[in-house]
Amino acid sequence: MITKRIIPCLDVRDGRVVKGVNFKGLKNVASPVELAEYYSRAGADELVFYDITASYEGRRLFTDILTETAKKVFIPLTVGGGINTVNDFDRVLKCGADKVSVNSGAIKDPSLIEKAAKLYGDQCVVLSVDIKRVDGVFTVFSKGGRENTGIEAIEWIKRGVGSGAGEIVVNSIDTDGVKGGFDIEMLNAVCEAVSVPVIASGGAGGYDDFIKLFTALPKVDAGLAASVFHFGEVDIKELKKKMKDNGIEVRI
Amino acid sequence: MIALIDYGVGNLFSLSSSLLAVGGDAVITGEPDVIKKADKLILPGVGAFSDAAEKLRESGLDRVIVDEAKNGKPLLGICLGMQMLFEKSYEYGEHKGLALIKGCVKPIADIIPKDYKIPHIGWNALIFKKETPIFKYIKNGDHVYFVHSYHAADCDENVTAKTEYGAYLTASVQSDNVYGCQFHPEKSGDVGLKILKAFLEL
Repeated sequence: MITKRIIPCLDVRDGRVVKGVNFKGLKNVASPVELAEYYSRAGADELVFYDITASYEGRRLFTDILTETAKKVFIPLTVGGGINTVNDFDRVLKCGADKVSVNSGAIKDPSLIEKAAKLYGDQCVVLSVDIKRVDGVFTVFSKGGRENTGIEAIEWIKRGVGSGAGEIVVNSIDTDGVKGGFDIEMLNAVCEAVSVPVIASGGAGGYDDFIKLFTALPKVDAGLAASVFHFGEVDIKELKKKMKDNGIEVRI
Repeated sequence: MIALIDYGVGNLFSLSSSLLAVGGDAVITGEPDVIKKADKLILPGVGAFSDAAEKLRESGLDRVIVDEAKNGKPLLGICLGMQMLFEKSYEYGEHKGLALIKGCVKPIADIIPKDYKIPHIGWNALIFKKETPIFKYIKNGDHVYFVHSYHAADCDENVTAKTEYGAYLTASVQSDNVYGCQFHPEKSGDVGLKILKAFLEL
């Protein structure tokens, strides 16, 4: 049986791992390479690196870190942040990324998904979506959750999958950083709409939140989180054990 | 020296890094002479079967690989590289492979239940079917990382492991000195590294 995946996410700026609470107030954690090795040993099934650097120098530093990580960590690596063109795909894939996550770049140019999927395959293209309820409507936000695009999220995701996105990361802005649990209602709406793997993000506060996620929504494939792992509130080994005890299929 | 065969399909960075991590002396190459000199060959690959088969034929590397394998050199095909080892594939039409192992490549959609997602992406358990030297450091039930929509069929006598995804899919094969893994050992953590180490030791 295929296992549910646990994915730590590392936001990287100027060579350091940071985590935003509600996308604001960034805090330094540790070296991304060290953290990636640590998580891999602990049993992480995959890693996501988000490049939140704006400068050219920072970007080069990021790809150096990626290369260094790919030399030492042998689990799938997904890279996101600043992916606007197929050249950006090329740049990070050459440095050892396995999948590339697009977000604002696909909103600016929706043909990016199709172009990248044709070149690198659907399995390589991850559509990451930051979603917030606006007057009760699931709405896509861009630029790290700061800008309301006015686009209805479920239609946007269906269109993305139709263009070749092989996986969807659903990040609920409503639950992100609050640590009150994943956004089950929002995730259910996405799972009902598409047949590609769905990765839940935003809201993990403790062990029970992951158990609740996979129990309530067996269609969700993976749970992604950052600070609960970075600050040791959730230990991946322990989490996997608890998942197994609750009848959830995991890799131990 | 291990030749990691570069025929313009997929990214070889992780694979060469993982071989280095287990002490392998890997060279990424598309040169027939280097391939002939190598002790072992790895045939990687991602993407569409027909494109990859075409690239192997255009470069003439198909003949080199077949000759070397028939001379007894250990060859490991990974993912699409494994699928290339078979006689033919039914991925968008019908395409000829290297025919080093009997059997063909078919869509997993033919046998898995309708509500299962395609591709089969993620970590799944190996179910051992037959002893094979490349699994000597791992155990039945260990998890490896898969990303695929097609798998090898009609090749039961050469299947060394299967995996369960609503149906039993071919995970690995061996026919004498020719080995294949549908999963990605270079992305399968310690278990994957142990498989590559065992291949290096053949």
